[in-house]
Amino acid sequence: MQRYILRRVAQGILAIFIISTVTFALARVSGDPLNVLLPEEASEEQIELTKKEWGLDKPLHMQYILYLGKLFRGDLGEALAWPNASAGELIVERLPNTVKLSALALIVSGVIAFPIGVLVAIKKDTPFDYGGKLFAILGQSAPTFAVGLILMWIFAVQLDLFPTSGSGGFEYMILPAVALGYYNVAALMRLTRSSMLEVLDTEYVKLARIKGVAEWKVIWKHCFRNALIVPLTYFGLIGAVLITGSVVIETVFAWPGLGALVIDAILFRDYVVVQAVVLLFATAFVLINIMVDVLYAYIDPRIRYS
Amino acid sequence: MAAVTTTPEASAPATPQPENRVIAGLRVARSLPVIPLLVLIALLAVPAIFANQLAPHSQRIGVLDDAKLPPFWISESFEQRMVVQRADRNRLDVEIGLSNAQRKVERGEATIITGGEDGEVNPGDTLRFLSQKGGSMEYPLGTDKQGRDILSRIMHGARISLLVSSLAILLGGGLGTVLGMLAAYRGGKTDAVIMRVVDIKLAFPSILLALVLVAAIGAGFTTVIVVIAVLLWARYARVVRGEALAIKQQDFIDRARVSGASNARIMMRHIFPNLVNTVVVLATLEVGHVIILESTLSFLGAGIPAPTPAWGVMVADGRDLITTAWWIFLFPCLAIVLTVLSMNLLGDWLRDKLDPKLRNV
Repeated sequence: MQRYILRRVAQGILAIFIISTVTFALARVSGDPLNVLLPEEASEEQIELTKKEWGLDKPLHMQYILYLGKLFRGDLGEALAWPNASAGELIVERLPNTVKLSALALIVSGVIAFPIGVLVAIKKDTPFDYGGKLFAILGQSAPTFAVGLILMWIFAVQLDLFPTSGSGGFEYMILPAVALGYYNVAALMRLTRSSMLEVLDTEYVKLARIKGVAEWKVIWKHCFRNALIVPLTYFGLIGAVLITGSVVIETVFAWPGLGALVIDAILFRDYVVVQAVVLLFATAFVLINIMVDVLYAYIDPRIRYS
Repeated sequence: MAAVTTTPEASAPATPQPENRVIAGLRVARSLPVIPLLVLIALLAVPAIFANQLAPHSQRIGVLDDAKLPPFWISESFEQRMVVQRADRNRLDVEIGLSNAQRKVERGEATIITGGEDGEVNPGDTLRFLSQKGGSMEYPLGTDKQGRDILSRIMHGARISLLVSSLAILLGGGLGTVLGMLAAYRGGKTDAVIMRVVDIKLAFPSILLALVLVAAIGAGFTTVIVVIAVLLWARYARVVRGEALAIKQQDFIDRARVSGASNARIMMRHIFPNLVNTVVVLATLEVGHVIILESTLSFLGAGIPAPTPAWGVMVADGRDLITTAWWIFLFPCLAIVLTVLSMNLLGDWLRDKLDPKLRNV
């Protein structure tokens, strides 16, 4: 087990290193940041001065070494398009918003998926089951931005229950969180259904029924708690999906998180911020994947030795 | 269904083989996902091929006077008064042309309220008539803020969706299939390197990779296809490798090698044909995913550039008008959802028919 974890962590570190290199390379070719930093009528001297100030006069491999060196010291660099702010400060400022939104979305997907998954498992091969299946496929067929906009239109514009967009109290978070969580509901529901069906077929459930335990008690106390293990390990993977989903949903709802930040940064050609946020997202992604793999390996020993 | 029983195979009595085939064919035909197929044909295939002939209006040039008209079922009548125009030039908003006014009076649609003592319509008379405000069948799904017909643009958008998804899947799926086969067949270092790259690719949040790539290359039709292909190949490589590994261990591969077939020939003639089902099923399952990716990129402004009516671009156009003109964003959204939904249902069906072991992919 320890060897497996070590191997996965080493692979993860390698992946993060390669990702940092790729983002560095991509960010550099994504257009000259000088076009954004300076007005069009800037003089030669101004251009030279700015190049020097931002280290753009050095050859590319030197820039890369400098970047890595800074990275090891935890310095993500000064933002180009945001005055008087470093990429690190921007991330620290925006991160809590993204975490809050993703956490709520995670709760939403659980709250929707688990009860429906249990229901369709109990009512297997009835209209409930087919309805649940359709609901799940629908969730996987709708792009996040479409779900977000349709929810916004129904609940904010037509019914006027929530604010349309922006940031503020809890009421601003509900629609984006539902839109973000909905995509995951499908997968989570299918997993809950299949693992519930498996548990419903076991001997101890039959015994509980024979003993005369009330049906709701059989389902919620004997089955659901045991059936929960499989979908719970999948929750980690969903966390990873949420990270990318937040890029879209934060743009739709003008929610001031990391996703909206990286879109702005790409627009402003601020490669420092792009690099920093992409690296952060990728690291989170890799970490979550490792945790999920380890959790799986813990539950299913066959994985460790393959 | 009845037509099937009249085929020669069915009428041939004794041999059980053809009859079985007919029954199997019948079963397949009955389980065909009819509604998704019809939706796909109506929403994607037909408009994509015949957009130029079918679309009632131009996809690019709008009539600004007709901007933000609602769909046809939202319209109301209201009473309007207008003065019949005196001269041909300098028409005001409250004036109506002479011939137009005469026609309206002849049809009984308008009444003359001042002037018109001789029963004729003269310049300077005032007319009263009922007018329609809102949508009409001229623009069945309404118009956007530049007065462009939404139905026509959705039809042209279907062509973009179909083109992007088929080209991207061809490119990404082809690359992934070749790499997956190579990894499985060569094994050793080739396998290790290819699979490490797959791992790294899969560790990269896809939409971010796409955004950074688009920012680097510059948005455009070709870029979108290349970027989506870059996102797709890894999954193909992984699945194809797994399948190919199993095939490689079978006897007929050894026999082919013994009889002197080259590596390339074994891969193309002996391994690949056995992978076709898997590749086709994966491709169908991916179409929906690719349409979502393309529309998301276009929506974020990093996909198909703006005047082209890609569905994602249309949704982005209507986004800031969500409070006043909902039809601009909603119809393209529905087009995306319906198309992807049907494609997914079709993919599920095809997978169950051709390659049930892919169920967990």
